[in-house]
Amino acid sequence: MKADEAIIRLEDVSKTFLMKERRVEAVKHVTMNIRQGEIYGIIGFSGAGKSTLVRCMNLLERVTSGKVFFDGTELMKLRPDELRRVRRGIGMIFQQFNLMKSRTVAGNVALPLEGTGRSRRQIEERVRELLDYVELSDKLDAYPSQLSGGQKQRVAIARALAGDPKVLLCDEATSALDPQTTRSILNLLVRLNSELGITIVVITHEMAVIKKICDRVAVMEDGCVVEEGEVFSIFANPKQQITRQFINTTTNLYGIYDLLEENPSVIPMRPGDRLILMRYLRARVSEPLISAMSVQFHVVFNILFSDVEMISGCPIGGTVAVLHGSEPDKEAVFAYLKEKEISVEVIHSAGAS
Amino acid sequence: MQELLNAWLPNVMSKIPELMEAVWDTLVMAAVSGIFAFFLGLFFGVLVTVTRRGGILQNIPVYRFLDNAINILRSIPFIILLTMLLPLTRAVVGTGIGVKGAILPLVCGTVPFFSRQIETALATVDEGVIEAVQSIGLSPLNIIFKVYLREGIPAIARATTLTAISLIGLTTMAGAIGAGGLGDFAIRYGHNRFQEDVTWVTVLIIVLLVCMVQICGDLVVKKNTH
Repeated sequence: MKADEAIIRLEDVSKTFLMKERRVEAVKHVTMNIRQGEIYGIIGFSGAGKSTLVRCMNLLERVTSGKVFFDGTELMKLRPDELRRVRRGIGMIFQQFNLMKSRTVAGNVALPLEGTGRSRRQIEERVRELLDYVELSDKLDAYPSQLSGGQKQRVAIARALAGDPKVLLCDEATSALDPQTTRSILNLLVRLNSELGITIVVITHEMAVIKKICDRVAVMEDGCVVEEGEVFSIFANPKQQITRQFINTTTNLYGIYDLLEENPSVIPMRPGDRLILMRYLRARVSEPLISAMSVQFHVVFNILFSDVEMISGCPIGGTVAVLHGSEPDKEAVFAYLKEKEISVEVIHSAGAS
Repeated sequence: MQELLNAWLPNVMSKIPELMEAVWDTLVMAAVSGIFAFFLGLFFGVLVTVTRRGGILQNIPVYRFLDNAINILRSIPFIILLTMLLPLTRAVVGTGIGVKGAILPLVCGTVPFFSRQIETALATVDEGVIEAVQSIGLSPLNIIFKVYLREGIPAIARATTLTAISLIGLTTMAGAIGAGGLGDFAIRYGHNRFQEDVTWVTVLIIVLLVCMVQICGDLVVKKNTH
């Protein structure tokens, strides 16, 4: 198989639930190609259909129409026993971890290995290996109730890895965890991807998760994929309103609007000053723009908010600042920024000087 | 001591061997019908759980049939069930009376109740866990034995305790139509001959039996809750 070939392919997939008196179209005509080896994110608000969509990938939900391919095999055509064999190649983890309470950590990880022709000793060895990998080898005999959320998710990951999957589906895997634990789980996912070559599909409602680990992202709204692309280009040029909303959740730049509304007097503006929002859309903020402009155009920038982050290895973000200087100098600044392909928005102008 | 007992419980002390036999009969009736009812109830309870909408072996016609059958059988009062089943009992075990004759009606009276209890017990098994083991590729049979019947043990133990206690109650009712046992003993002497001490001692023995069942049940629950 070629490296860029789709490992999971959805062709015009729809899923409709028949409730008592009404039909709920959870997923509508979604076509999606997830490439071997990538980390693919699906983001949407709750009820957007993303959890249903990910369940269509291993047929935990059978699709109403359309085709689902895994590694070239059309899943809807398989017999139940064939489907079960394919499912061993697709790991899945969940928001609520879904471990068996009656089994120890080792027992939970051993579950997928039982009945696969391995001897008891081989299973024990493999379980130890897997728990080593997720850094939980000291919890072998603990029960899930004795573990923290992050540890439970590590056990769930070890269980999902037991069958040597090619793909790991993560359904809101970090949504029940605190920020620090979230970070460590995300790092573990990145490690699985780079060290074991496992393709990862991440379902989330947090743009921060997408930003941190994903290569590509699909934005879902009302059962449809409304936008899809490389994470960097989505962040740089979001086309849909909902995408912008998600991006705004990960930056503090828009805090300026709250500040303007609630307490404008603390913004240090003199007559003639401009309050501006600069957004870097290209991978070029490495230049010391602000100091360069200060020197070149004799203006003063008073930076209020700044947010520059590395996304897929490229810096992206923006700055909110009060621009002070003579009218021609300010005009020169705007021209310079335009030339550098930095978008500028004047949020507020103080009365003429 | 002996004299004190003779003075306080004259009627009981005069028929100790008969009382012992009644206790034994009750235990045999409860145990034999309990074992049958346990496995049958487990079977139907699991069947209802897996065939329901969204179950791992969804089969709506089978589910509807079982669901309705359980409801109908559960609504028949046991004392009526006893006489209703008399012809069937005679055909199956050859007699409608005695311990032997009581087993079949006791099983029939307990299984629907216990099936429902098992269904409720299995509903405590997290749906998410079922989903997770499906995603691992476990077969339905494995899911039933390794997950439902394993994760459900505490709830199943509680259901079993409850049913066992109600079964002991039913055995005394079977006594009324000639099955023997403690119920028969209490009615024959305590009720019909106004020997009140017989009634009290019988009640005491049954309370002890129930306590023992409850203690065993709680122990199983405790051992399987982590």
